[in-house]
Amino acid sequence: MPRVTYIQADGQSQEVNLESGSSLMQGAVDNMIDGIVAECGGSCSCATCHCYIDADWVDKVEPAEEMETDLLDCVSEPKDNSRLSCQVKVSDALDGLVVHLPTTQF
Amino acid sequence: MAAKSRCIIIGASHAAAQLAPTLRQQGWTGSISMICNEYALPYHRPPLSKDFLAGTKTAEQILIRPAAVYKKCDVGITMGVTVAAIDRSNKQIMLEDGLALDYDKLVLTTGARVRKIDIPGVDLNGVFYLRDLNDAQQIKMSTGANKRAVIIGGGYIGLETASALRKIGMQVTVLEAMPRILQRVTAPEVAAFYSRIHKEEGVEIVAGVQAVSISGDKQVESVQCHDGTEYEADIVIIGVGVIPNTELAEQAGLEIDNGIVVDEYARTSDEDILAAGDCTSHYNPIYQRHLRLESVQNALDQASVAASTISGNLKAYSALPWFWSDQYDLKLQIAGLSQGYTDVVVRGDIGDSRSFAAFYMREGKLLAVDAVNRPQEFMFGKKLIMQGNQLDPGQLADESLPLKTLVAS
Repeated sequence: MPRVTYIQADGQSQEVNLESGSSLMQGAVDNMIDGIVAECGGSCSCATCHCYIDADWVDKVEPAEEMETDLLDCVSEPKDNSRLSCQVKVSDALDGLVVHLPTTQF
Repeated sequence: MAAKSRCIIIGASHAAAQLAPTLRQQGWTGSISMICNEYALPYHRPPLSKDFLAGTKTAEQILIRPAAVYKKCDVGITMGVTVAAIDRSNKQIMLEDGLALDYDKLVLTTGARVRKIDIPGVDLNGVFYLRDLNDAQQIKMSTGANKRAVIIGGGYIGLETASALRKIGMQVTVLEAMPRILQRVTAPEVAAFYSRIHKEEGVEIVAGVQAVSISGDKQVESVQCHDGTEYEADIVIIGVGVIPNTELAEQAGLEIDNGIVVDEYARTSDEDILAAGDCTSHYNPIYQRHLRLESVQNALDQASVAASTISGNLKAYSALPWFWSDQYDLKLQIAGLSQGYTDVVVRGDIGDSRSFAAFYMREGKLLAVDAVNRPQEFMFGKKLIMQGNQLDPGQLADESLPLKTLVAS
């Protein structure tokens, strides 16, 4: 079970265990982590599960596909390490992953 | 908040799954009970006509939240129970088995049910509606490569189902009673686009035909139409819309007008009874009229508003409706409501490609956007609708001009 740390924009952090094969979005929803809205339930349609992958982990996460990068262009405060958390699958290789959450999803 | 306050949520829907944990997070210390008439935790409904039907997602994978979340939030869940009545004067609900439960706050998230059609043969084996997990499971057991499916109704549910069934190799015919598919919800240009795509994917779409009977000996064999045509079928799926579940509210004397009427704080005409989701009708300040929406967005947003109201932290509901529909490799994202549009501006090649955006305009302002494989048009379209500025149709159609540049900063 990979362990993932979600850090809110105000610095508060929560460390949780996720099921391997689950997504960063589902992990946040399952653990009631604020800041991930995920209206569409993970179908890469709404861009309300935006997050930033910690700089130390960016290279270890599979890159985004075109639909996701197009959506990421439209979120508020996009950065180079922006991802839609519904599209990032967690695995044991990502044990220890650190994810930062934006101030808003809208 | 008094520790003994009781909040009961009727209906285990998207709205309920949003509301119960949110209420707890907002500091509600009383009890929270969710009463579901199905034997399932709240699940995502949209995949039922998409990934679930096509077999790429299981029932477990479409749960909105795992059981552990409700447990952690101390939300009591009663499954397989129907509520018979609401007694407002005693602040109680009556279950079908006669049990009465007291409430301080009651939330109706009863959703909608399928509109049924009354034609001969509709009760034959192999004839289905699609709304619940159970419906989708039944359909799935009857599907199979090379079997023939006739879908009655060319709306989004019918077309998504057609796409999912093609994915598993079925032969699919869609029968639409109106002159074109998606008549109620899209412009003719967009309907023509979807007709073309379904044809390219091997689905037969027949518009302007009314199914008048279904034949077979116990098991469905064919569907007959008003013009004498007949379509052979191993299964028939009917998708002709939904009606809101307002009966409980109506019997309790709450105000109903095409849905349970709620104010911007999700309160019904009884301040201790709230409602959220497909079953409600609310005044939308953006479109300046009463709306009853059939959408996940509305269910989630209204549920969050309801949780805030119950927690005593009023937060008015004012959200732009949005919807999505996945068919084949097409991701349609719809922002806003197009009713009342006078002009349609198309950006991209709607005639030959699989990517475009249609902008629905009235008096030079943007009402709604249908964006197919165009997430940016969808996202910036939302902003343009909310800003409500006059827009130049030529600029909207001009692909060399990023839509972003039209959004006022």
